[in-house]
Amino acid sequence: MSEHHHKETFVTKYIFSQDHKMISKQFLVTGMFMGIIGVFMSMLFRMQIAWPEKSFSIIEAFLGPHQTDGVMNPDMYLALVTIHGTIMVFFVLTAGLSGTFSNLLIPLQIGARDMASGFLNMISYWLFFLSSVIMVISLFVEAGPASAGWTIYPPLSALPQAIPGSGAGMTLWLVSMAIFIASSLIGSLNYIVTIFNLRTKGMKMTRLPLTMWAFFITAIIGVVSFPVLLSAALLLIFDRSFGTSFYLSDIFISGEVLHYQGGSPVLFEHLFWFLGHPEVYIVLLPALGITSEIISTHSRKPIFGYRAMIGSIMAIAFLSTIVWGHHMFISGMNPFLGSVFTFTTLLIAIPSAVKAFNYITTLWKGNLQLNPAMLFSIGLVSTFVTGGLTGLVLGDSALDINIHDTYFVVAHFHLVMGVSAIFGMYAGIYHWFPKMYGRMMNKTLGYWHFWITIICAYGVFWPMHFIGLAGLPRRYYTNTNFPMFDDLADINVVITIFALVGGLAQIIFIANFFISIYRGQKATQNPWKSNTLEWTTPVEHIHGNWPGKIPEVHRWAYDYSKKVDPNDDDSDYLHGQDFVLQTTPLLEGEEPS
Amino acid sequence: MLALFYIFIGVAIGVSFWQITRILNFRSVIATDKDNTKQGRNALYFMAFLYAMMIYCLIFMNVIMLPESASIEGEHDDNLFNITFWLIGIVQFMMQFLIFYFTFKYRGNKDRKAKFYADSHKLEAIWTITPAVVLVVLIGYGLWQWNNIMDLSEDKDPIVIEVYSQQFRWDARYAGEDNTLGLANVNYIKGINTMGVDMNDRNSQDDKQVTELYLPKGRKIHFKFRSQDVLHSAYMPHFRAQMNCVPGMVTEFGFTPKYTTEEMRQQPEVIEKTKGINKIRKAKGEDPYEFDYLLLCNKICGASHYNMQMKITVVEQEEYDKWIAEQPTLASVIK
Repeated sequence: MSEHHHKETFVTKYIFSQDHKMISKQFLVTGMFMGIIGVFMSMLFRMQIAWPEKSFSIIEAFLGPHQTDGVMNPDMYLALVTIHGTIMVFFVLTAGLSGTFSNLLIPLQIGARDMASGFLNMISYWLFFLSSVIMVISLFVEAGPASAGWTIYPPLSALPQAIPGSGAGMTLWLVSMAIFIASSLIGSLNYIVTIFNLRTKGMKMTRLPLTMWAFFITAIIGVVSFPVLLSAALLLIFDRSFGTSFYLSDIFISGEVLHYQGGSPVLFEHLFWFLGHPEVYIVLLPALGITSEIISTHSRKPIFGYRAMIGSIMAIAFLSTIVWGHHMFISGMNPFLGSVFTFTTLLIAIPSAVKAFNYITTLWKGNLQLNPAMLFSIGLVSTFVTGGLTGLVLGDSALDINIHDTYFVVAHFHLVMGVSAIFGMYAGIYHWFPKMYGRMMNKTLGYWHFWITIICAYGVFWPMHFIGLAGLPRRYYTNTNFPMFDDLADINVVITIFALVGGLAQIIFIANFFISIYRGQKATQNPWKSNTLEWTTPVEHIHGNWPGKIPEVHRWAYDYSKKVDPNDDDSDYLHGQDFVLQTTPLLEGEEPS
Repeated sequence: MLALFYIFIGVAIGVSFWQITRILNFRSVIATDKDNTKQGRNALYFMAFLYAMMIYCLIFMNVIMLPESASIEGEHDDNLFNITFWLIGIVQFMMQFLIFYFTFKYRGNKDRKAKFYADSHKLEAIWTITPAVVLVVLIGYGLWQWNNIMDLSEDKDPIVIEVYSQQFRWDARYAGEDNTLGLANVNYIKGINTMGVDMNDRNSQDDKQVTELYLPKGRKIHFKFRSQDVLHSAYMPHFRAQMNCVPGMVTEFGFTPKYTTEEMRQQPEVIEKTKGINKIRKAKGEDPYEFDYLLLCNKICGASHYNMQMKITVVEQEEYDKWIAEQPTLASVIK
């Protein structure tokens, strides 16, 4: 601990570091690298959708043997959508988001010197790194990377005869994901143990910032559901390599009957979505937690309904584990199950609505400091509402029949979990950058980044709902074989242009990020005038976080703009300023909030 | 090599950007009152953009939508969809207004004091109970309709049709006079018996294999779906119908066609959509399009997933009887 400093070498400080702050930066940079690949892929396949027969030298340059004269092959198109989904969901929004902010904030916000196990924390990162490397390597195998969709439904994912990507590409995908899951489980266990055991004196569970609650519950969902995906992947490996028939039965392909008997692809769908749906909340809850914190701080107001927020996080987490069947209404499972899943699914709307209204009420009569972090949080609330509402259509089994697997679904989940979670991640980076690097990010570039990104996000995904309602299936290499979709071509061009601009706009962020690391304004200790413990640590990172004793906590995290006279909004601030650090003892006669 | 060239350009741009930042001021980092005012206004401008786009799409994209349901069962789907869509539409417009208007209205400045307002059980109760009540209605109607569609047990005298999928084509098998499909399994696939029908089964003899669906108007159709290789999904958007085809398993769906193909072509919505499409096709020099019902694959199934379709023609009962009589039985085709 901090009392006896070890000699740090370059390797122990920057590479095999056990310090949570360094590990969080490692997660962030790796996640950003994977994010660049994932977004770049989406730009390539959007070009294919918009201009199906056109030749592009950029496609020729990057797709090598998987293109003909600058036009990508159908197999490669499917590979791109598959890897785009995998990378964005798991590598960017699970590891990149949770890994970065859980690691950075858990010890800092609960008042701990480090994670419960620094060693396991390091292992967690390096397993994630290894799985990223394997996933990137899988892009270069001869037959192409996995291309059965990010949901890798067998038999398509099990049979190389069915699609070339189901050969070596799929094997690497499965290996990479198995390692990824191990990394995620080790990380989650560490987060849970740390939050349970290492809270500083006075930091009751009911005084935790909402970020902590969100990360805590997220970790629990991860521990509950990721092992199921691991088992699904293992059984798939058995089917692929050892001739078992868990998922396969009665298959005739390439002119021969295969030996598989008695398995069912529906079993895989159950196992996959038992993780797959909670995964949505593994991605989203940390973003919502970050947003709660940022909206409150930058509104200079307590978060509205602290306990209701915790309650709704818990309700969402619980419900998320019993709704997976809404991805399978038309899979051939028993229709009665469909009824049950419709019921549980639509219930999620209630805690989600509570959260959205609470955010808006927090904005109401605030003193909004519109920093980039705040704008991204507000943007998150906006896209979360837009995307969440269409969930009422998709969650209703009777309506899902006709829009299942159309672009309506693509628009829905991109807004509600993709864009929202990314906005949460950006908000977190802008907000905690000073804590990570001791410098500030430039706000002008931040503003440009935000407005271009949100305009493009809506420009891409709002019209996409309508081409879905027109019946256009997703994962089509081109729509030109269906004259009935000819009138959607123009809309697809517009969407692609928004997507390209939006994708390129992220360069603004990357430039701002890296330049600020070296050239940014030096940060002060508490630049946003925030209440939480991380802002009581020195700007320069030290191992153990606080130079002296760990501070004691006396109040919740949201005493912003607390007044002398609680009934008079214009009376003076109770503590002489519009924020009160959690370490400040209650004044005599002060009611705890 | 070309990839290296692109990467080189990227690096060059990065380096020049880096150099430019030497002279740029990277010291403006925290929002001032001026920024708050500016960004608050931007929030209003953005709200205007968002509203304009939402309304534009809602009005002008009506023409590209699917026409009204061509199946009797789908009518309730359309109803339920309209109710849900109006509801979420109103909530969407309201919520986005609150979000961006508050951002503008309460933009920070030095003289403003935020209201300390941490809790209100009354408000929270309101926005817990209101969605709950609304959901009861949606869930109730939705579940009623779901049972309505999925329960095939009480139909009298339906026509039984098997839809059969493989990479990358659709086939269909009519149950024939006895209205019972003969047994089938991939092990029986041989030569022209491409659907693996067991020809020793008595029920198989009068089955009829076809490559296009003909359906009589006003009769309940029971579809049974099979797949011989990977998952496919039989998607018939005009009938509000979809079901996965799962290897090793038979799945089911049923509906009653409401309009013949000819009648559908005369519908104003369809005429308008077709006109729009043909304008585009003419400009590209392609043949004019005529409306047809389609069955398309809607579950990723391999390289030619995007081109897996089957035409569906809905006709009057007499015409259907004539057509089905002309189709040869399996017994006469497969010796």
